[in-house]
Amino acid sequence: MERDDGKVLLYVDKHWVHDVTAAAFALLRQRNVAVHMPSRTFASPDHYIPTISRDMADIADPEKREMVEALRRDAASAGISLFGLDDPRQGIMHVLGPEQGLSLPGETVVCGDSHTSTHGAMGALAFGIGATEVAHVLATQTIWQHKPKTMRILVDGALGEGVTAKDVILAIIAKVGAAGANGHVIEYAGTTIESLTMEGRLTLCNMSIEAGARAGMIAPDETTFAYAKGRPHAPSGEAWERAVAQWRTLASDPGACFDQEVALDASEILPMVTWGTSPENALPITDRVPDPAQMPEPEKRAACERMLGHMGLVPGTRMTDIPIDRVFIGSCTNGRIEDLRNAASIVRGRKVADGVEAWVVPGSGLIKAQAEAEGIDQIFKSAGFQWRYAGCSMCLTTNGDMAAPGQRCVSTTNRNFVGRQGAGVRTHLASPLMAAAAAVTGRLTDVRTLIEKAEQT
Amino acid sequence: MKPFRPIDAVAVPLAQPNFDTDQIIPSRYLQKLRDNDFGIYLFRDLRFRKDGSENPDFVINKPAYRQGKVLVAERNFACGSSREHAVWALYDYGFQAVIAPSFGDIFFNNALKNGLLPIVLPYSTVVDLLAAVEALPGSHIRIDLKAQTVTAPDETETTHAFSIDPFSKHCLLNGIDELDYTLGYFDRIKEFERCHNKQADIRDCLS
Repeated sequence: MERDDGKVLLYVDKHWVHDVTAAAFALLRQRNVAVHMPSRTFASPDHYIPTISRDMADIADPEKREMVEALRRDAASAGISLFGLDDPRQGIMHVLGPEQGLSLPGETVVCGDSHTSTHGAMGALAFGIGATEVAHVLATQTIWQHKPKTMRILVDGALGEGVTAKDVILAIIAKVGAAGANGHVIEYAGTTIESLTMEGRLTLCNMSIEAGARAGMIAPDETTFAYAKGRPHAPSGEAWERAVAQWRTLASDPGACFDQEVALDASEILPMVTWGTSPENALPITDRVPDPAQMPEPEKRAACERMLGHMGLVPGTRMTDIPIDRVFIGSCTNGRIEDLRNAASIVRGRKVADGVEAWVVPGSGLIKAQAEAEGIDQIFKSAGFQWRYAGCSMCLTTNGDMAAPGQRCVSTTNRNFVGRQGAGVRTHLASPLMAAAAAVTGRLTDVRTLIEKAEQT
Repeated sequence: MKPFRPIDAVAVPLAQPNFDTDQIIPSRYLQKLRDNDFGIYLFRDLRFRKDGSENPDFVINKPAYRQGKVLVAERNFACGSSREHAVWALYDYGFQAVIAPSFGDIFFNNALKNGLLPIVLPYSTVVDLLAAVEALPGSHIRIDLKAQTVTAPDETETTHAFSIDPFSKHCLLNGIDELDYTLGYFDRIKEFERCHNKQADIRDCLS
């Protein structure tokens, strides 16, 4: 169906609701409209839950506890499947969707959360929506959308040692800018992208929104199929064969035209870290803090000065000379098993530096269990890391997990906005490898120096 | 949603690019339900000092801008989170329109659904408007949604045309929401759904 403004009505295959969705359910009750298709909606509390335990009593703020309770009530009364706090599968929605085989190629996936773009790594069209739109989806299982503009980001070549999907996406955002892909859906393509694991692809698509794109996607291929196969909600048997045959037809045609094309050479991407308060403020760890005095445009100079003021950084300082106080490894960006394995490979045999507080918060209960089965938790714990339960945690601090004013935190999350990790906190976004390196040295560190050392000994 | 009326009101300049949703409303207020007055949380950490007193240097606390109803912002305004609370905070405070060269996509949609008019104008036009409202604090910008025009606050009274999709314009002007409209097509949605649920090729389900 198409409206006279050019918007078309999209059917929503999968809809995720979480513990900031109470307002949308309230809107439905107000209108006396029922949830239309509960079997296509899935719920998991992730924003307000504690990460020190699975105990509701550990949510000190009654208003926040009520958000988790409300999700349980709303899901139960509508007949929506809930991955509740007492469910071993509970986790961050954008980790759960792919993990449970609920986000599949060719599907439409929406959620009242901007990082829904993550699911696009499966070859789905997945994007974040607001509360009014969530209510609309609950009531009708549909959403009105403009046909978006398209941007293809081609990354070709082999990634260097210590360079991961997180570095690739930070390099992309630094290149196209935080608004560079506004109004677009990104397709990531090229040999580098094809070589990425599913975990890496999920990290890449997760941060599409930080370049302004509501959705980012990757053509489904053998890596996608191998990841999806056997997952609880993925088709099986004959239905699987049929599905894969159909999924193979989804990729963009050769020679397809895009509204914008961007190309990066993978061999030029170094381990990245942010210096400012927008994800576009990313640079190689070998670089120095930018100098606003060198910026010809007054608007950029003013923005840079403001950001450096907040970040407490002096222009010209080597990035590797910046001491840190906190490390956070987790989130829908980098809380998957490969991320934890990567970080553990650096932490193994080392200790968290004096004065640094370092946390690991797995993306889901199943990832936590898998890491424990592999002994990864022991590596972190014996190094002095806190090993916690799954949730959004310090990515946006809604559950009270946060750093103290003035602290500097290296974080594997997606946003370095002012106050995102607590009032007055200074966030540096980086990969799990880089976060682990900072944890053991106590300063921003080029992880490659630690990898080489590990090889020599 | 209240019908959108023509505006002739004080314009507030906010000349920071990439002004994100977390600055509009910090995440610690996301558990508040819609029946709260979100206006008090708007720009919370910029508008108030740690002791809770007003920060006199922040633009909306300056006497000339206190009655502001139009926000003139920079590129990529309200990028980041999908939190509709960002719109609620601006709207409850009293803002009726935001003018910027570009917006975060999700915020833009959320605004239209809550009676807050997001207006995209060319960068150079917005820079001129920002300069004008900074030069003449307390001056008025006029917005006529029906005519799709913004009139500058200075003596030139230059009028700028803006575009908006006709559906959103209709909804805003008449204070109606999309859900009722879609529910009018519920039978067609269910018909599609019956076909789609059989796992048929989706292209065969589109009538």
